[in-house]
Amino acid sequence: MGKTLFDKIWDKHVVEKIQDGPSVLYIDTHFIHEVTSPQAFKGIENRGVELFRPKQTIATADHNVPTLNQHLPIKDELSRMQVEQLINNCQKHGVELYGLGHPYQGIVHVIGPELGITQPGTTIVCGDSHTSTHGAFGAIAFGIGTSEVEMVFASQCVLQTKPKTMRININGELQKGVVSKDIILYIIAQISASGATGYFVEYAGTTIKALSMEARMTICNMSIEMGARGGMIAPDETTFNYIRGRAFAPKTAVWEEHKQAWKKLYSDADAKFDAEIHINAADIQPMITYGTNPGLGIAINGNIPVVENITDEGEQRNIEKALQYMGLKSGASLIGIPVQHVFIGSCTNSRIEDLREVAALVKGKKKHDQIKVMIVPGSQQVAKQVHAEGLDRIFAEAGFQIRQAGCSACLGMNEDKIPAGEYCISTSNRNFEGRQGAGARTLLASPLTAAAAAITGVVTDVREMM
Amino acid sequence: MKALQKIQSRFVPMPMENIDTDQIIPARFLKATTRDGFGKNLFRDWRYENNDETKPKADFPLNQSQYSGEILVAGKNFGCGSSREHAAWSLLDYGFNAVVSSFFADIFKNNALNNGVLPVTVSDAFLQKIFEQGNDATISIDIAAQTITIDATGNQESFELNPYKKTCLLNGYDDIDFLLSKRDTIAQFEMNLK
Repeated sequence: MGKTLFDKIWDKHVVEKIQDGPSVLYIDTHFIHEVTSPQAFKGIENRGVELFRPKQTIATADHNVPTLNQHLPIKDELSRMQVEQLINNCQKHGVELYGLGHPYQGIVHVIGPELGITQPGTTIVCGDSHTSTHGAFGAIAFGIGTSEVEMVFASQCVLQTKPKTMRININGELQKGVVSKDIILYIIAQISASGATGYFVEYAGTTIKALSMEARMTICNMSIEMGARGGMIAPDETTFNYIRGRAFAPKTAVWEEHKQAWKKLYSDADAKFDAEIHINAADIQPMITYGTNPGLGIAINGNIPVVENITDEGEQRNIEKALQYMGLKSGASLIGIPVQHVFIGSCTNSRIEDLREVAALVKGKKKHDQIKVMIVPGSQQVAKQVHAEGLDRIFAEAGFQIRQAGCSACLGMNEDKIPAGEYCISTSNRNFEGRQGAGARTLLASPLTAAAAAITGVVTDVREMM
Repeated sequence: MKALQKIQSRFVPMPMENIDTDQIIPARFLKATTRDGFGKNLFRDWRYENNDETKPKADFPLNQSQYSGEILVAGKNFGCGSSREHAAWSLLDYGFNAVVSSFFADIFKNNALNNGVLPVTVSDAFLQKIFEQGNDATISIDIAAQTITIDATGNQESFELNPYKKTCLLNGYDDIDFLLSKRDTIAQFEMNLK
């Protein structure tokens, strides 16, 4: 029987399988950041051992950094100490750090791909659940906890139980105004926030093949939001063209050799998946969430479910509680609801293509005067590109604020937060209670839908502006 | 990690579903660089009005004196969301040694096991039965036997636990010691991988 893409990479990386237990899985690339690494460094030091393969770990500071005045010392003392500790730990243990002020600094899941570190056929982990992003290159990439970060430090391996496999096939052409963020929000709304728990997902089909690498990353990024261990896409010419020439991509002399090996990374025609789902791209509308988990999403022109009509009691309670938190009504439409904030950023949607889409829509327009708009490029490189292409002028004329690279208002950890009770249309990945700040109300959507609301001040069907 | 063999205790019921790690420990408390002291911020924004420790929310189970114990019983899909191990640390630091639910998110489950917090997956019906018990009811969890029992009624279910992880829990073994002992094997593996 044929092998899945997942199996091909997994099997190659199993050092040994513990009897009746997990596998010792070899990790090619380990990304770390300031928040989930300090306790792991401390653990290694307490054991009196050195990092096993320090050259295979790459660090950046992203979660806990300000996105304005990054040249000044961080004001919040605890944040500053955490970022300083990362610098010290990396120096002490010989880990390459792209910290604040470095031209490669940025959100860990943006810089890995843009530097060409993320490569097909590899295993990649990071103490961050959105590590699934890197799966867009045909890699096994998944988030780990801090104990597992310490395992990688100790042995360049983690202990993992092999997950089940699921393939999600998406075929056909996307409608106007529908982008990759809408695809993934649609899938999660279909199968729920726990619908892929226990699985590693492969996305396939003509719709996926037609997407750019950045669009593919957005989809793989949110795999964790339906519970999946990770998401991946078989590499193809789009992938190879993206990687070629990047800072850490294979050099010209060995390029062909790598490419030929990568071309073998696909699920065989007779490979069996534990679950398979089929989706017609034409059914997907621009999406928006109304609740407090990413599975609670609807088409922008649809209505919030009527609570009384939900048959599952638990689900009914969930949605009731979510609507109460969000200040939204059962059965209502979201169109026309006033929004106070627009956040365009995060490891989901802060890459140059996202910002180009936004700029194309808002060019020559001005933001609504009651709304605050934050544009947070995912990395220093993206920020540089924004400037080089003159997108910064378009944003400035629209009244959008352009900030510096970091996770920013995605997670209510750094200075960028949404005030309690206010609505934010956000291109990030989670709408949990308090995610963007205590009491903040998050509506997840694509960069296009977020940009549309920035102009009108209310939830808007972007297709009316195109 | 300390060894864990049996737990017999009252429990704290939290019947809501999809309890995510941002609720268990909000991101603003992740600035610490040690594993200690997270318990006081466990479920911070559900526990206090306006982030004010002097104003506990009366309707939140952790603030209700009738509930106590080292077992948290929660609705399905517990621990979804971020990979922050701080969620497991905060539960442990608060005094929970086990979480019972009908469904756990994968990363949380690993993180909990790596810290000696036992995730016990039970059927929806059994979970419901626990929620129906009075405040004084106790639950017994036997790790060697892989059983969970409602003491008053004798209702019992067995739960799954990876045999390797079971040995680790029963003896307080640590994955990292195990992996450190494998360094030579791993180095050999690397030569063949390239």
